[in-house]
Amino acid sequence: MSKDTSIFKASWTYADAPESTGHIQLKKRYELFIDGEFVKPVKGKYFDTVNPSNQNKIAAIAEASTEDVDKAVKAANKAFKGWSKLSGKERGKYIFRIARLIQERAREFSVIESLDGGKPIRESRDIDIPLVANHFFYYAGWADKLEYAFPNRKVKPVGVAGQIIPWNFPLLMAAWKIAPALATGNTVVLKPAETTPLTAMKLAEIIQESGLPKGVVNIVTGAGDTGAAIVNHPDIDKIVFTGSTNVGKYIQKAIAGTSKKLTLELGGKGANIIFEDAAIDQAVEGIVNAIFFNQGHVCCAGSRLFVQESVANIVIQKLKDRMETLIVGDPLDKNTDIGAINSSKQLKTIKDYIKIGLNEGCEIYQPDCDLPKKGNWCAPTLFLNVSQSHRIVQEEIFGPVLTIQTFRTVDEVIEKANNSPYGLSAGVWTQKGSKIFNLTQKLNAGVVWANTYNKFDPTSPFGGYKESGFGREGGLHGLKGYVKFED
Amino acid sequence: MSRIDVHKTYKLYIGGKFPRTESGRYYPLNDKKGNFIANMCLSSRKDFRNAVVIARKAQSSWAGATALNRGQILYRIAEMLEGRRVQFIAEIMKEGATKKEAETEVDASIDRLVYYAGWSDKYQQVFSAVNPVASSHFNFSNLEPMGVVAIMAPEEQGLLGLVSVVAPAIVGGNTVIILASETNPLSAISFAEVLNSSDVPGGVVNILTGNVNELHTHMASHMDVNAVIYCGKDENVISEINALASENLKRTILHKKSDWASNVCESPYFIEKTQEVKTTWHPTKV
Repeated sequence: MSKDTSIFKASWTYADAPESTGHIQLKKRYELFIDGEFVKPVKGKYFDTVNPSNQNKIAAIAEASTEDVDKAVKAANKAFKGWSKLSGKERGKYIFRIARLIQERAREFSVIESLDGGKPIRESRDIDIPLVANHFFYYAGWADKLEYAFPNRKVKPVGVAGQIIPWNFPLLMAAWKIAPALATGNTVVLKPAETTPLTAMKLAEIIQESGLPKGVVNIVTGAGDTGAAIVNHPDIDKIVFTGSTNVGKYIQKAIAGTSKKLTLELGGKGANIIFEDAAIDQAVEGIVNAIFFNQGHVCCAGSRLFVQESVANIVIQKLKDRMETLIVGDPLDKNTDIGAINSSKQLKTIKDYIKIGLNEGCEIYQPDCDLPKKGNWCAPTLFLNVSQSHRIVQEEIFGPVLTIQTFRTVDEVIEKANNSPYGLSAGVWTQKGSKIFNLTQKLNAGVVWANTYNKFDPTSPFGGYKESGFGREGGLHGLKGYVKFED
Repeated sequence: MSRIDVHKTYKLYIGGKFPRTESGRYYPLNDKKGNFIANMCLSSRKDFRNAVVIARKAQSSWAGATALNRGQILYRIAEMLEGRRVQFIAEIMKEGATKKEAETEVDASIDRLVYYAGWSDKYQQVFSAVNPVASSHFNFSNLEPMGVVAIMAPEEQGLLGLVSVVAPAIVGGNTVIILASETNPLSAISFAEVLNSSDVPGGVVNILTGNVNELHTHMASHMDVNAVIYCGKDENVISEINALASENLKRTILHKKSDWASNVCESPYFIEKTQEVKTTWHPTKV
């Protein structure tokens, strides 16, 4: 560590500022939410959900078997008749209600999200939960306006949507899935990730409170087997999955002989490109936000950094200095920048990739930071001296690990950025307008951030090119996956 | 003494050239009475793979052409087809259609090209959006072509079916490799001659003839193809295509129609099917 940054760090010591957990209500055990009721799993099996920052058990969670999934699908099918016939206006009002109820209990949701998933409270409080409520607000308003969304076409709902969501944005992904499905008149069987089921179960409580007709939303907890039971259920009309590309491919193959519709939001290896004429300090903040936001558990993370050669030294030095000031630790502390890695399994994956990087001969940099003894932690990590062929450049790590490459020309960086099977996101940093539009047009990615990164909004369609999946979620375009055209 | 007819040799159309199949294989095409019409190339996996390489090379400059330009080129195709209307009618009749059916099909094909020519600089306006995000950013979503599209043309209506799936794909900036109808292939290859004299850059449309059951697995599994379109009703073929497409998450598009003359077979939604949505963000605060 250089002398400068140690001075810097000494003056940046913060007192602990933990968010209170006094006002949250958690049960010891959570059941399945089927047909408007909380019901025990048929086989009576439960699994633990733990706090990744200290490995303590938070609650027992029901494990849904094929029989439970079948019950949920039956309930959703039964509810579909009434729900799809209900006028858009009335459907919308239920969704508005859910949005309001989430807003009212936003703080409780934020704390539980950070407890169960390990993300910094600053992020769950300021980003995840407000976006959740806004997502329901946004789609609530579409419910009675669908005829304006598809010019010259009448639409009808698809039917029962089976939705499988990941652990990186647990409640936000539930909102992304449920809100547009309900607005368009579908019913839902949702499976949260096994490491982060709590906020989804709290959402089930809100849904019950809202008076939403029974069976319109069913939430079944479990791991891969529960997900497979959803994917393979014959009475599900639509599968929506957010998760890894490998599982996405498996799903596309599994439903190949059926008439199920499919939306996939999968992995990514986002290129974040810094030109010499960028506002360098802003770009450095952008790099940090692109890769260290949510511990790098972000499918659209800017995990491949490309810096123009002429400014590489200064950008890398400033980035290292900035990393010295990042606070890694208690997710519930309001000063925390980087929280806990979501699970010990994911921590092992990340550590394995760091080993691979070292074995491939890449140069590693990690700031000098104190990691808590208990729990799952990973220091923010840079890899220098990497090239396109390195595995840490090609494969998604899903952790706070950034690879840095340099480039000289615009054409070179476009080619390098697009040289990936993924195509979810990209970032461009330059003060020159024509360069921005040149790049944003040529980068093969579904979301491109120019002079910003990792921004999300309910009105903004999100989704990938190539092996990052297909279909869009959010915005007007997010309605499409949940409707059929009437002939 | 009666004159000896000169038979036309039907070859493939790849990269703006007319090669024979590299496999040296062919299949004979007969009319309904069993009289020989022509030998058609029986394309191989290698022909398809060669065509993909060429379509990939042509894709970025075709997508980079202005919408106006792509529209003019589509209109030019229509003009050239109109000019050879009689030839196409005769060819379709050879394959067994009545004069009226053949005329209807050729006229509808010409009109469909004009229809999509007109869409070239409009579909973007219909399907794009400025998204009013709740932060100080300007945010918009617009369409971009998927890239290289492999198409298995409808078996019926060899010309109209082909035009109905090719025109919306290319007007949106995709390049295509299309396997023509096996039983009605004549006008597909003659259509290649139209394309070749219509300012369509080489490699934008590549046309193969052959057997769908031999080629569909290769078309669905090729790792450098972005989307695959299958026109037909064979559930086994559909299932195999969907399964193989998962290897690189190819987009699969299915058309189970049997009458391509109908009005529901032309709409900007056909263009949208081979488009991706890209969302771009930029801060608005200085």
